[in-house]
Formats: sequence, structure tokens, C-alpha cells
Amino acid sequence: MTVKEIVETLNLKIVSGQESLDMEVTSGYTSDLLSDVIANSKEGNLWITRQTHQNIVAVAKLKDLAGIIIVNSREPDEDTLRKAEEEKVSILCSEEMAFEVSGRLYALIR
Amino acid sequence: MLRQFKADLHVHTCLSPCTDLDMSPKRILAAAVKKKIDILGICDHNSSENSLAIMNAAKGMDIRVIPGMEVTSQEEVHVIALFGDVANALKLQEHVYSRLPGENDEEAFGMQVIVNEKEEVLGFNEKLLVGATTIPLDDILRLIHGFDGVSIASHIDREAFSILGQLGFIPENLELDALEISPRISFAEAEKKYSTQYPITCSSDAHYPDDIGKGFTCFLLKEGTVAEIRKALRDEDGRKVIH
Repeated sequence: MTVKEIVETLNLKIVSGQESLDMEVTSGYTSDLLSDVIANSKEGNLWITRQTHQNIVAVAKLKDLAGIIIVNSREPDEDTLRKAEEEKVSILCSEEMAFEVSGRLYALIR
Repeated sequence: MLRQFKADLHVHTCLSPCTDLDMSPKRILAAAVKKKIDILGICDHNSSENSLAIMNAAKGMDIRVIPGMEVTSQEEVHVIALFGDVANALKLQEHVYSRLPGENDEEAFGMQVIVNEKEEVLGFNEKLLVGATTIPLDDILRLIHGFDGVSIASHIDREAFSILGQLGFIPENLELDALEISPRISFAEAEKKYSTQYPITCSSDAHYPDDIGKGFTCFLLKEGTVAEIRKALRDEDGRKVIH
């Protein structure tokens, strides 16, 4: 399943990385500790977090993640958005909390 | 003349909900004297309300007390702020309080006791000091420098609430003066592991009297002030961090 299909099903708002929406999503990873995401996420994972700091873009790039879903109606910081556009990293926003987004994503791709 | 100062720049008091109630001004100072600490930084979670009590209690003693705070950023990164005077610490506190949601629950987190130098209880802080502010890390560091303070990222060797744990790596262009390690790791190990442009300090992060001075940093300074520590962290005018 691609990021784009998930965006439509989960009703996510695309805020950056329009050009990367065709990436294939392997699974999801939910965590707010970036060190944990670096250690344990896998290539192609869609990362669910409430962190909005610019380091999330670097971590997504480093781990070749399919994209980032920011939950709880939070918006990425300005420099995060700028970096995400530069690096072509898809950031998607949801009004729902991490538990709900994770559950719905799990149901979709498992 | 420059001389060596032994500093423990990160010590909590009975104001922090997670500390022992024994962390009163006299007990803290007695423990610091026993460990031969010359400079003591008072850094409660998101508050500096007990700094003045410890400073007053130390009057006439051969120990320099620095008012400070351990601020929790929006990203849940802990940062030590140290100031030359209480007025600046309280200015930061004003910003922190205005963006620190929630109320303390003593049953769940513990008491937040405000004391004076005679160890009389002045009251209980009702804010959720153990919580996170809604201030981004970069802004907290700018605020600290704006009030002429020194900023140090707390316990970078721990996963919880550290800049490396929360943010994975240290972002560029931060107004950060140093990185703090806990006594669980040596300076040599830290320098090897983190190979960083920032100077490294070690502090105890004491929550109990016996822990005070377990972590410390030796500085070469003229006197035990924040201005001198800043110079040492920048390696200026012969002032140095000598570990």
C-alpha cells in the first residue's frame, strides 16, 4: 500500500513531500523518542509521532521511512516544514491521537 | 589568581516533587560541604522558587550557590539554566510558568515544598512541575541566554528526557553552552562516545542528600560565578574545564 492510499483512507492532511506519496509502506512505527526510532524503525515504515522538531525529518531520511504522521492536531515547526520540503519527506497531519492512528493503520496494512 | 573549584551544578531541592523531603537548605548544604563542593547549582524542575533560600542559608559559608532551573522543553528535553542572580532566574521562571500546563497531584508525584533559609515551609507550589512546558527547545535556550544565563543539556547519557534520547542527535545552531553527563559515565568515555564540539560537564542531578557531589566538574576559575563558568566553558582567559 502506498502513502497516498493511506492518506486518503485515514483522512490525513498533507503538509510536505507531495512528491514522495508513491512510496510503498512496509509497516508502521509509533514512538516519540527519536533515539528509539533511529534504533528500531525499518525502511518503508510510516512513523507516527507527536514530535514536531526538525530532527524528525533527518531521522525519517536516515531510516528511509515512508513518511511521518503527526498526531493530535499538531503542526510541524516552521524549520521542520522547510527541511521536509528540501528533503522530500512526506509529513501528514491527523486530528486523531497516536493510538487511533496506529490502530487504523495496523488494520489497513496487516 | 586562578584556582580549582569543584562544582556540582545540578542539584534538586524539596521543591521538586520527585525528591526526598530531606532536600532542605541545611541538609543540602551540609552534604555539599561534606563532599567539598565549592559551587552548587540549584536546579528544580521548571521552577527556581527555592534558589534564594539555599543562597541565603549559605551566607557566611565557603560555598557558592548558583540559582538555576531544570527546564523541560516541548520535546521533553531537560535543560539546565544557571544564572548570575535570582532576578534573572525568576524572569525565566515567569516564562516557564506561563507555558506550563497542569496542576500537581501530590499523591501521584509528591509534594512541592517552598521553604526559606530557616527551613520554614512557606507553601506548596501547585503547578505540574514534573510536566513539560509548551516552549520549543531552541526558544528555551534563547530565553536562557537572553537573561544572561548558561545553558547545559541535562544527563545526555540517559535515554529519558535527554536531548539525545528525545531528539536522536544534537541539532545544529543551538544556543547550548555545554552537555552534562551523569556520574554513571566517565569524562573519557563521554568524549569518545559523543565526540562533540560542546564542552562536557558532570553533575549529580541529586534528588537525595547522599547523592550530592557524586557527580562533579572541576573548573579553573578566578571565583565561583556563572560569568567565570561561562568563560571556562568557552576556554577563555585561562579559565578551563579541567574535569
